[in-house]
Amino acid sequence: MMTSDAMELGNDAPGAPEVSLATPSSARRNVLDLDDFSAEEIASVLDDTSAMVEVLRRDIKKVPTLRGRVVVTMFYESSTRTRISFEEAGKVLSADVINMSSSGSSVDKGESLLNTGLTLQAMGVDVVVIRHPHSGAPYLLARELPQVSVVNAGDGLHAHPTQALLDLYTMREKLGNLQGARVVIVGDVLHSRVARSDLWGLTRMGANVVLSGPTTLMPLDLLGGRNELDEEHPFAQVEVDTDLDRAIEGADVVMALRLQSERQQGGFLPSLREYIRRWQVTEDRLARARTGALVMHPGPMNEGVEISTALAHGGSSVIEEQVTNGVAVRMALLYRLCAGRGNRMGDGK
Amino acid sequence: MTTTGSERQQRQIMDAQEMQRSLSRIAHEILEKNRGVGDLVLVGIHTRGVILSQRLGDNIQRFEGSRAPLAELDINLYRDDLQARESPRVRPTKFPVDVQGKNVVLVDDVLFTGRTIRAALDALSDLGRPRQVQLAILVDRGHRELPIRADYVGKNVPTSLNEEVKVRLSETDGSEDVIIVNLGRQIK
Repeated sequence: MMTSDAMELGNDAPGAPEVSLATPSSARRNVLDLDDFSAEEIASVLDDTSAMVEVLRRDIKKVPTLRGRVVVTMFYESSTRTRISFEEAGKVLSADVINMSSSGSSVDKGESLLNTGLTLQAMGVDVVVIRHPHSGAPYLLARELPQVSVVNAGDGLHAHPTQALLDLYTMREKLGNLQGARVVIVGDVLHSRVARSDLWGLTRMGANVVLSGPTTLMPLDLLGGRNELDEEHPFAQVEVDTDLDRAIEGADVVMALRLQSERQQGGFLPSLREYIRRWQVTEDRLARARTGALVMHPGPMNEGVEISTALAHGGSSVIEEQVTNGVAVRMALLYRLCAGRGNRMGDGK
Repeated sequence: MTTTGSERQQRQIMDAQEMQRSLSRIAHEILEKNRGVGDLVLVGIHTRGVILSQRLGDNIQRFEGSRAPLAELDINLYRDDLQARESPRVRPTKFPVDVQGKNVVLVDDVLFTGRTIRAALDALSDLGRPRQVQLAILVDRGHRELPIRADYVGKNVPTSLNEEVKVRLSETDGSEDVIIVNLGRQIK
């Protein structure tokens, strides 16, 4: 199968997509990636998100919806916005949110991910939000912890579904419709879990995706490698154009990805200066896009590398709105996962 | 009128004209009780309550010559039975005016257990402190589980727990009437 081969990056993807945890959308238990979301389910999450945005705009932003539910955020990798965003989302919905990080917990004493997960399950935790440097880690928890809902907050190079959903929401709010929108994703797509999840979401919603950046940083494996993708494959229509000036022509959205400095040592780039010259998203380049095109970035930004400072804080930028919408999207997901389920500690005994 | 379906039986209890007359009467009653549209806000509960509140608003405009502000409330984030339901869609609450000090009239299609109204009262108090809250309902079918009553009622209909009352509106259902459907199941 094309997808599972393509998704395995060789270095650290322990077969994540092989485990099919797809559940009917009405009874979703986990959010691991967007590959098992239908267009209808994505649309209904985005609809719920607008209701959550209204709650966040209130003077007193608190609703009692998830009273008595426990959400644990387990972050094995550093994060500011994703972690705070999940914490805020849970708290606005009145869930109890407990933060766990690898340092200062039993992870320091060598406890395995699975045992940590089993401990949380035994404590009656309802939702585990996990970020982990290894691709597939959330799939392991989802498979082994039947009484817990698992949300992937970023796993290795594999997926970051909640970021992709907030990107989709931001685009839909601004453009009205994603069908037929031209979305250019620029930079280190190869090492970007955000871009991978965005690809699933955008193609499901009928957007035309163009990837641009140095050939060494294009996920050619994902797009079939040397073989042509089957026409039916969701990524079959994804374009790759290493010439950003050409790719950006007529774009509705330009999304710059973070260039991780380690990549330069990894031999992926000739030099930072050349990268900046050819692939930095600048005002001059944006002038080639459609008037009113959106500038997006999943953060954290290296201003002056993948995006010019003027553009990052300019009128076309929706980067701050992405962050605000992130809280609302995560509220919509927590609501979805917690509704329709009784207290599992009381069940089954 | 009795139609025999495959298993389900349904009968009409209000037709379009009766619904219209009820909504006219309720609009008059609201104006009488609140002495005009002064501090009035009509708050529809999603989905059918919103449509009914618009119709009441149109009537009030016609009778009084001035408009009462309309608002929309979604109560799904305030339900007490979330665990038992598959996540119902949440629609945005829209409140164009400050609820502080207003005479709020909540509008919904059917009053049954009272739990929706309980949730609506909680949702409302999160938005501010109205001076008064009143309740307008098209059909009161009884079987209250909470101490809640309506101030304005279109029609009181005695029902059994084995029945479902459906208010059908042209905007959402393509037809315009109120029917009782016999669910044909045994009550424990």
